Amino acid sequence: MAKGISDKVAILGMGCSKFGERWNDNAEDLMLEAFQEALTDAGIEKDQIDAAWFSTAIEEQHVGKSGVPLAIALRLPYIPVTRVENYCASGSEALRGAVYAVASGAADIALALGVEKLKDTGYGGLPQRSRGSVNDLVWANASAPGSFAQLASAYAAKHGIDRGDLKRAMAHISVKSHDNGAKNPKAHLRNKIDEDKVLNAPMVAEPLGLFDCCGVSDGSACAIVTTPEIARSLGKTDLITVKALQLAVSNGTEAQHNSWDGSYFMTARTAARRAYKEAGIENPREQISMFEVHDCFSITELVTMEDLFISPEGGAVKDVLDGFYDADGKIPCQIDGGLKCFGHPIGASGLRMVYEMYLQMQGRAGERQRADEPVFALTHNLGGFPHQNVCSVAIIGREGA
Amino acid sequence: MSIGILSFGGYVPRARLSRQAIVAANAWFNAGLKALGKGERSMANWDEDSVTMAVEAARDCLTGIDRTTLSAIHMASTSFPFQDRQNSGIVAAALDVEGGIQTLDLSSSQRAATSGLAAALRMAAGDGAPILFTAAEKRRTKAASPLEMTTGDGAAAVLVGDGDPVATFLAGHTETVDFVDHYRGQDEAYDYTWEERWVRDEGYMKIVPAAVAAVLAKAGVEPGAVDRFCFPAAARGVAAGLARKMGLREDAVADNLQANLGEAGAAHPLIMLVHALEQATPGEKILVTGFGQGCDALLFETTEALAALPARMGIAGHLARRRAESNYQKFLAFNDLITLERGLRAEVDKQTGLTTLFRNRGMVEGMIGGRCTQCGTLQFPKSNVCVNPNCGAVDSQEDQPFSDVRGRLNSFTADRLTYSPDPPAFYGMIQFDEGGRLMSDFTDVDPDADLRVGMPMRMMFRVKDYDTKRGFRRYFWKATPAENTITEE
Repeated sequence: MAKGISDKVAILGMGCSKFGERWNDNAEDLMLEAFQEALTDAGIEKDQIDAAWFSTAIEEQHVGKSGVPLAIALRLPYIPVTRVENYCASGSEALRGAVYAVASGAADIALALGVEKLKDTGYGGLPQRSRGSVNDLVWANASAPGSFAQLASAYAAKHGIDRGDLKRAMAHISVKSHDNGAKNPKAHLRNKIDEDKVLNAPMVAEPLGLFDCCGVSDGSACAIVTTPEIARSLGKTDLITVKALQLAVSNGTEAQHNSWDGSYFMTARTAARRAYKEAGIENPREQISMFEVHDCFSITELVTMEDLFISPEGGAVKDVLDGFYDADGKIPCQIDGGLKCFGHPIGASGLRMVYEMYLQMQGRAGERQRADEPVFALTHNLGGFPHQNVCSVAIIGREGA
Repeated sequence: MSIGILSFGGYVPRARLSRQAIVAANAWFNAGLKALGKGERSMANWDEDSVTMAVEAARDCLTGIDRTTLSAIHMASTSFPFQDRQNSGIVAAALDVEGGIQTLDLSSSQRAATSGLAAALRMAAGDGAPILFTAAEKRRTKAASPLEMTTGDGAAAVLVGDGDPVATFLAGHTETVDFVDHYRGQDEAYDYTWEERWVRDEGYMKIVPAAVAAVLAKAGVEPGAVDRFCFPAAARGVAAGLARKMGLREDAVADNLQANLGEAGAAHPLIMLVHALEQATPGEKILVTGFGQGCDALLFETTEALAALPARMGIAGHLARRRAESNYQKFLAFNDLITLERGLRAEVDKQTGLTTLFRNRGMVEGMIGGRCTQCGTLQFPKSNVCVNPNCGAVDSQEDQPFSDVRGRLNSFTADRLTYSPDPPAFYGMIQFDEGGRLMSDFTDVDPDADLRVGMPMRMMFRVKDYDTKRGFRRYFWKATPAENTITEE
C-alpha cells in the first residue's frame, strides 16, 4: 500500500478572483487576479516557482489548448507548464499535479492555477458541444441538468421517498447556499432566496428547477504549494497541509453494467474511502470539520452527503432538513456559497473549494468565518455525468493532526 | 407451395393532427379547406422519415420470422430522405441483415409500391427466397393546401415469396398512361396539382376500370366476387363510384382511412392492403390498385394460413397507438414550414464522419452490442474488454442485437435546457431485461407522461440528428414506453 500524501506538502499561498459575469475581462485578467493574491499570500517571487499545472475544461471558449496561455498570462520564466483537463474536476487535477511534484522532490515550489471563461457563449448554462465523433452517434441528447436530474428519480425510487419531500430537501440546500453566498464578496450570486422561490421556479430538467442548478461563471483560483520544511524556512507557522488527494474514474460499469442503480456515485464512494484512509480518518461524521462539495445541482449535493459517508444511506434528506449542513450546523457544507452561489468557472472550481477551506482554517473567512477551529476540511470535485464521471476527494488539515 | 404474401406489417406515427386545427389556422386564407375539416391525419414525429417508418413496418412484418431467410429488401416511396444513397440499404442495416441481400429503391410515382410489389411477386416466382417489400411516405405539402389536409404519414410491409402464403397472388395488371394529374420536378419540394374534377373524370374513372377489368379477366374472377377493393385516392366517393361502374359489390369498397390516417402517398395502397389482410378471413379476394401515370391492379386471395400468423401491431394496432395532437404550429415546425427561433444551442455542428459511421454502423444502425462468451454478460456498446467487474475478459464478445430486447426504465428526466425540436427532451437509463443498458433518448413520449422507474420500454429506429448544413441525417435507436402496444411484454 502506498504511503500516501499526508503531511508531505503544505499550502504556501492561495488566491481566487471574483467569480461572476466578468463581461470586460479576458481569462488572462482573471488568471493574474488570482495569481497575484496567491503570490502575496505565499510571500515569494514569481521566479521561485519551479513548475506549474494549468487547468481549464472548455478551452475552445477562451484560451485554447496547452500550457502556453498560463505561461504568457503570468510571463512565467520558461518553467514546465502542464495543462490538465478532467471535466469539471480539472481544478483538483491541477492541484494534484503540483502537490505530487513537490512530494516527489522534483519541485520545491509548484503552482496550480485554474480558469474558465464561460460567459462568452451567448446563453446561460454550459456550452452545447460535441462529445466526440463516435459518442455523438449514440449518446443521448443529454445536458448536465438532465443527467444529474435522473439521480432524483432513482434515489426516490430506491429509498421510497416521496418526490415532494425530496424536492423540499433539495430546496433547503439551495436556500442554504444562497444564505452563505450572500456573505461572500467574491461570490457570483449574493441574493438570499426562500423555499417558495425554489419550488416555484421554472423547470430546467425535471425535477430540477432553475434554483436547483448552479450557474456558470467566469473566474480563476490558484494554489502555491511547497514542502513543510520550505514553508517554515519562509517564515510560515501553523501550516495547512494536504492530507489526502484521491481521484476515482468511471470505467463504464455505471453506464453499461446493471450493477449500478443510478441513485449514487460509485466514484465518490471509492474516492472517499481511499481519501479517509490516506488521511487517517476513521469516522468522517465526527472528524470532518467542514466541507465543500460539487453542488452543480441540489440533488448532487444531497446524494453526495451519503457518498462521503457523512449521512447514512437514505438519511441525507433528514440531515439536510435538520440543518446539519447549514453554516451554523454540525458540519457546514458550502459555507462559501458553493458552486451554486460562489459560481462555477469549471477549471477553477476544485481550487476554489480548497481556497475557502484554507481561509476558514486560518480564520480569514470574514463574515462567514466559523467560530470553532477547523481541523480537517474536505473538498469533493466531480466531473461528467452520474453514469460516467471523474470524482476527486481532497482533504486538507492542520499539520500533524 | 404458391406465390403470395407470407407475412405483413404496418406502421402509423403516433400523433394524429386534428384537421379542425388546420382549418382553424388556414380557413381565413382558403375557405375551401372547411369541406375537408373532418377527422384527423397521422403526423410523423420530428425524428421520423420514410426510412424510419419503413423499418418499423418491416419489424412488424417480420414478427416471428427468421431475418436471415430474406433474399431482398425493396422500398417504395416518393419521399426518400436520400436521393443518392440506397434508402432500402439503411432499412437493411437497421434490420441487421446486411451482406448477401438485394436492396432496391422504387420511386417517381404514386404507384411505386404497387408496381414494385408486382415486380417483387414476379421475382419471387423465379427465385423462391422471400422478399421484404416495404413502402413508406412522408409527403411534403404546403401550408393551407388541400394535400396537407388529405395526406397522412405511414408505412407498410409485406413479405412475398413462394411458400404457404396468407394471401395467394392471383393476378396482376398494369395500365401505363402518362396522365399527369400532379408532378414534382427535380429540386422542387412540393407537388404541383391540376383540377380535381378532371383527375376524377378522365383519370380515375377511365384508367382504373381498364386495369381492373384486365386483372379480373386474367384471374377469371367476376367483379362481384371481389371481397375487398383497395383504392387509395383520398377524393370522396370515387372508390364507390368506381365500384358501381365496374360491377364491384358496394360492401367491397375498403375504408381508405381518410378519417383517421389520411392518404399516405405511394405507401397507401400497401397500407390499405395490410389493413384489409388484418380484417380478412380465409378465402377472401382482395383487389389492390395504385394510381399514378396509369394504374396497377393486383388480386390476392387469403388462405387458412392467415389464422396462424402471430399477433402484431399492424395498421390497426398502430392506429390504436394514438395521441391526439391539436397543435398545428407543431406540425409546421416539424416540417420546416415556418422559421422557428431555435436558439443558439441549436447551432452545434452535426457533421458525421462517414468513416466513423461506417466503422461503427453495426452499433449505430443495427444496435449491435456484445455478449461475453466467458461470463455471458450482455453489454452495449460491444467493447474489447468485458464490462463485468468480475470478468474483464479481452476480445471475448460476440454480436448481440439489442433492438428487439425489452428494457425497463432506471432513471429519467424531461430536459428543457438541451436543444430538441420537440422540448422537453425525454431521456434516461434503460436497463435491458437480459442484461445491458443504455443512456437513451426517448421518443413518442407524451408531454404529460407519467414516467416511472421500472416501467417497460422498447426500442424504435429514429433520426438522431439532422445535419442541416450538409443535408445528411444520422439514425439511431430510441426508447419508447412499451405500454399501449398489443404485443405481449
